[in-house]
Amino acid sequence: MSPDSPAVLAEGLTKRFASFTAVDHLDLRIEKGEVVGFIGPNGAGKSTTIRMLCGLLRPSEGRASVAGFDVGRQPEEVREHIGYMSQKFSLYGDLTVRENLRFFAGIYRVPHHDLGERMRFAISMAGLEGREDVLVRTLAGGWKQRLALGCAILHRPPILFLDEPTSGVEPEARRRFWDLIHELAAGGVAILVSTHYMEEAEYCNRIALIDGGRLVAMGTPSELRQRSLGGDLFEVDCVPLGAALKALGSAQGVVEAAIFGDKLHIVLGQGGLSAEELPRFLAEREIRVGSVRPATPSLEDVFVRLVSTTRETRAAS
Amino acid sequence: MNIQRLLAMAYKETLQIWRDPRSLAVALLMPLMQMGLLGYGVSLDIKHVPLCVYDQENSQASRAVVDDFTASNWFTISHTIASEAGIRRAMDRGECAAAVVIPVDFSRTLAATGSAPVQAIFDATDVNTTNIAMGYAQGVVAQTNATIAARWAASHGVQPSLVGRVDFEPSVWFNETLESRNFIIPGVVAVILALVGAQLTSLTISREWERGTMEQLISTPVTPLEVMFGKLIPYFAIGLLDAAFCLAVAVFWFHVPFRGSIGILFVTTALFDLVVLGIGYLISVRIRNQLGASQVALLLTMLPTTLLSGYTFPIDQMPAAIQVLTYAVYSRYYVTILRTIFLKGGGLTDLWTPVLGLVAYAAIIIWLAARAFRKHL
Repeated sequence: MSPDSPAVLAEGLTKRFASFTAVDHLDLRIEKGEVVGFIGPNGAGKSTTIRMLCGLLRPSEGRASVAGFDVGRQPEEVREHIGYMSQKFSLYGDLTVRENLRFFAGIYRVPHHDLGERMRFAISMAGLEGREDVLVRTLAGGWKQRLALGCAILHRPPILFLDEPTSGVEPEARRRFWDLIHELAAGGVAILVSTHYMEEAEYCNRIALIDGGRLVAMGTPSELRQRSLGGDLFEVDCVPLGAALKALGSAQGVVEAAIFGDKLHIVLGQGGLSAEELPRFLAEREIRVGSVRPATPSLEDVFVRLVSTTRETRAAS
Repeated sequence: MNIQRLLAMAYKETLQIWRDPRSLAVALLMPLMQMGLLGYGVSLDIKHVPLCVYDQENSQASRAVVDDFTASNWFTISHTIASEAGIRRAMDRGECAAAVVIPVDFSRTLAATGSAPVQAIFDATDVNTTNIAMGYAQGVVAQTNATIAARWAASHGVQPSLVGRVDFEPSVWFNETLESRNFIIPGVVAVILALVGAQLTSLTISREWERGTMEQLISTPVTPLEVMFGKLIPYFAIGLLDAAFCLAVAVFWFHVPFRGSIGILFVTTALFDLVVLGIGYLISVRIRNQLGASQVALLLTMLPTTLLSGYTFPIDQMPAAIQVLTYAVYSRYYVTILRTIFLKGGGLTDLWTPVLGLVAYAAIIIWLAARAFRKHL
């Protein structure tokens, strides 16, 4: 991998199964040390994309390179440089913690003099000290997932693909898992992690939102918030609400206005009414203004919005 | 092929076999069970055929004939009856498989002519048993004849050798001296290897697909050849151990004569082991669920090995088309080799055709198996 080439680069990546297109001309770029969240509804094509990037499925069209190697033509080179956690737990349940680690260390050809140290690191990272000789199938979900991550990084891959690593894991263990992900990223590892927990999207440097096999949006969480709304969201405490809604609905620069409980939510776009002018604007219309505060839409709202507007434009075209 | 990955694979597989009670049972108990079952149960010798006796005369001479039947271990008298209808009844109820009728004028005819007819009736619903029982009956009668002839000759002042009345059936005598067990038991080794080898390996890949561990495995740089050989090494060792156990039981427990070379036996057993493991592995790669894989393995190994290898049914008695088919059955070569080594003690000069057949088979199967596994979902 040359120093400035991206860790993952996909261009027009497409996978068709018979008449069904699971992944449709997907473009993706992940830099070193970046944690990219892969978000989308079930069946959106997240797992299929990750499997193509791991060289487990051949792309029908387009190309992708991982660590500088082409996934279609050099899958073995790709596999040397990646760690992968599949969606389904996939360690050997009838082997102990230590035996699983030793197996994957052997498969990844970890040099003998490094073996002890790397296994100790993986065991302590997974919090499994004292449980080295326990059969893996008897471990709780969080431990299993951390051990799977431990197995996937034994060979110190520069790139990690984690397919819903935290599904079915209790919240406390999920947080610990994300701490591990950030530690790895701080060490320069590029990580693509899919999840269906919306709050986990906040932990990512960037988010790739995917629906129907297509990339809907990609950016930092705040960029996506702004893009989904077409401006910034403000919560306005004022009376009477109805008059305020009517006045703001036709004002220039207001992208959207809606009543939200006993307050008003408005989205202000570029080149029009600004947040500073808002109290005066409303006072001139005999509306009493209590406060104007910037508000943060939940990422779930953002995704729903982005997905539905994309679907609408697609349906229209 | 990288030795570190190969060893990691083989060690992991060994641990999994060790912790799986089902695999362990197949590997360790199956040979014991099959050896006992086939060693004791499968026998073409028939002993204690239930015999119904209808002695119309009940003289010293007629009783001597009956005694000859019971003295041989082949027949046991189940009924002594007094009417023709009784025979029919006993046979209908399945209480006897054969009947002997001695006519009322037996001793008179014998004394007058030196020969007297004795009727033997067989229940031929089981043709195989009937044939063998008939052979035995002829043997018994021949024995009786010899005694009578000797006595008749003596009383008439003629040398017994000149009478020549004994109706001698060499095939019967052959059966009497050679136990069929000696033919069968060497072949049992082939059956057990086919069963254990293919059964165990047929599960090895499908189990990984079923448990979801395969997706992880193929995301690593491990090569298909490393997967194949790594997985097969422990099963190969188990196969050889099982074979050694069976061969020891055959020689030391069942006292099957062993006249050939241990070296050739070892090499050919290793070859046969490779063939069945390769078949099991091929099945495992193709069929991704354990149940289906084990069913197909049974069909492709046990069935041809028991039916078409010559293990129980002699190949030269099969229809011509089936005989040709047996050349495609790998066990045919191994069973031939086993029998030759055990009973005839033949060396490589006698065995080069079946050994070559086995080598060719092993090469083709391993070549196919090495190409079968692909690291794709």
